[in-house]
Amino acid sequence: MPCLRLLMVLLLLAMPPWLRAATPESVPAADDMAPRVLACVACHGREGRATNQGYFPRIAGKPAGYLYNQLRNFRDGRRSYPAMNGLLEYLSDDYLMEMATYFSRMDVPYPAPQTHNAAPATLERGRVLVQQGDAVLGVPACVACHGTALTGVQKAIPGLVGLPRDYLNAQLGAWQAGQRHAHAPDCMADIARRLTPADVSAVSTWLSSQPVAGGGKPAAQLPGPLPVACGGLEGGVR
Amino acid sequence: MNAAAIRPPRRWVWVLWALLLAAVLAVAAVWVLNLRGEAPVSDVLPLAPASAQTVERGQYLARVGNCMSCHTAKGAAAYAGGRGIQTPFGTVFTSNLTPDDDTGLGRWSADHFWRAMHHGRSRDGRLLYPAFPYPEYTQVSREDTDAIYAYLRSLPPVKQAAPAHALGFPYSSQGALAVWRALFFTPGATPAPQPVSAEWARGEYLVRGLGHCAACHSPRNAWGATRGGGNDLQGGLLPLQQWYAPALTSSAEAGVAHWKTEDVVALLRTGQAPAQQASVSGPMADVVFNSTQHLTDMDARAMAVYLQALPQQAAPAGGARAVAASAETLRLGARVYEQQCAQCHGAQGEGSPGAFPALAGNRAVLLGEPDNLVQLVLHGGYGPATVGNPRPHGMPPFLHVLSDTEVAAVLSYVRGAWGHGAAPVSTMDVYQRREARR
Repeated sequence: MPCLRLLMVLLLLAMPPWLRAATPESVPAADDMAPRVLACVACHGREGRATNQGYFPRIAGKPAGYLYNQLRNFRDGRRSYPAMNGLLEYLSDDYLMEMATYFSRMDVPYPAPQTHNAAPATLERGRVLVQQGDAVLGVPACVACHGTALTGVQKAIPGLVGLPRDYLNAQLGAWQAGQRHAHAPDCMADIARRLTPADVSAVSTWLSSQPVAGGGKPAAQLPGPLPVACGGLEGGVR
Repeated sequence: MNAAAIRPPRRWVWVLWALLLAAVLAVAAVWVLNLRGEAPVSDVLPLAPASAQTVERGQYLARVGNCMSCHTAKGAAAYAGGRGIQTPFGTVFTSNLTPDDDTGLGRWSADHFWRAMHHGRSRDGRLLYPAFPYPEYTQVSREDTDAIYAYLRSLPPVKQAAPAHALGFPYSSQGALAVWRALFFTPGATPAPQPVSAEWARGEYLVRGLGHCAACHSPRNAWGATRGGGNDLQGGLLPLQQWYAPALTSSAEAGVAHWKTEDVVALLRTGQAPAQQASVSGPMADVVFNSTQHLTDMDARAMAVYLQALPQQAAPAGGARAVAASAETLRLGARVYEQQCAQCHGAQGEGSPGAFPALAGNRAVLLGEPDNLVQLVLHGGYGPATVGNPRPHGMPPFLHVLSDTEVAAVLSYVRGAWGHGAAPVSTMDVYQRREARR
């Protein structure tokens, strides 16, 4: 095996730098970062993988720009969750970006879907909203932005599968109630406010019952033009 | 008209007159005490912007005074105010310090600003609430105050009116504030004892004045006044925040008389002093992040020298071990410690220097007030990211992981283990602090 590893290192070194920069192997300080993010894994699970139980979302493998935006949103009070707000209060943008990058490069398996045996009518309403949207409500399909496989899109759009139902419900509810804000224009706040409680529940139920395709890797590009204007899509990635 | 009306006044009428006279004299005394030492104020605004050098100096001094922490709402424009400061008397909202004409300091003259800093009075003559630490800022020199004024005027104006204070009667009245000031506020520098050295004197100026350390580290009386004199810097509970600012005058708390000066400087400028296994958290992390990390080396040293020279209280009488927790509690605490704490803090509480503080022998673990420990376990927190320590380690919040009983047990365990003899923490201690923060 050492030969194989050596070969991989040599191949890596032979690659052009812009390709190298995108590979997880190029994480510069993984050993150094692990103890620095122990404060995160107490809730988000080992390596940020979460579990299929409970509330806390998986952070492993999410686009770095998305994670960075959320870390800044928590620090600056645009997103309200006291444990996160207090934790990050005195951290710099640079360090938050380093944390975001660290977790975005985590490639760990997803657990089995959380939701089983949901009511067929609920599942169907959820599926329709996710895959087709609702023109009457003015709600675009989730897949239009979050990727055909719903595993997110680089650099700052998160995946929606592999998350706990309670967490998804809470986020849509938080947008409706003004507890969660994104950079303006806050497209998700507009969309969430058009959904009824039953619709929120249907979407969360369907999403949390789906298996995660392709190892949960975010898509490189959007499937088409964005149906609505959204802020923060550059995700501060420099 | 009847006969009674022309009888000579009865005794109670004289008593009434006497009381009225006393009240008038008291009001006059309060009035005079509130205007002590105030010079006439000029409304004239500066014609030309201050020199770049003055503005830069003012920026530094505003950092040292940590104006920004209170005068910035979370995620909003710096110095534009609007942050609510909770006090036992209600919530006071900070003012907009940017030079906006209508909502900020745009129409304030240098004299107005000096009067606010030195006498605690606003441009319109209203008395200011001492949540604005003018009892400390009153010691700041006119030159420094003018530099801060010049810096604030150089900021981009932000139109943002502060919400009205939410104070109950009588605290909402100017009269009550006037009485408070007559009792507890004296403008100007308190006469210093013999200065030890120029460095010490600079340190005193920073610690007592701009740095306003006493605002947290001194105990407050029932009227919210920091008690001067003998109780100075002897540790204070931060009202409603559930944090305890430890005594700077005690080696058992946060006194630094026995530290090396470099370690004090490191703590102020980086948020940690690895040689002392010390780090800052909670409100002091805010102070380091927003203020003391920006201190020049000379000023940080001056503060350190002054803090090291503070008269130290006698060490608390040793030997009298507190009542230990029950064996059952300690068993639970040991189990929680092994599962949740030992990975970072070590099986024997030895910690990992520069990353995770040792708990064995750590005076922060042994404080009489359990507030800080409970806060740290419930809410966790990263240390402040500073130039000297840009990638701090953090403590996870256990709010959702551990029950009140488990938090109490693990704290009782660490306060009793490794030769410690500090009093256990009860489930009620944890419950009260968890509820208070909601």
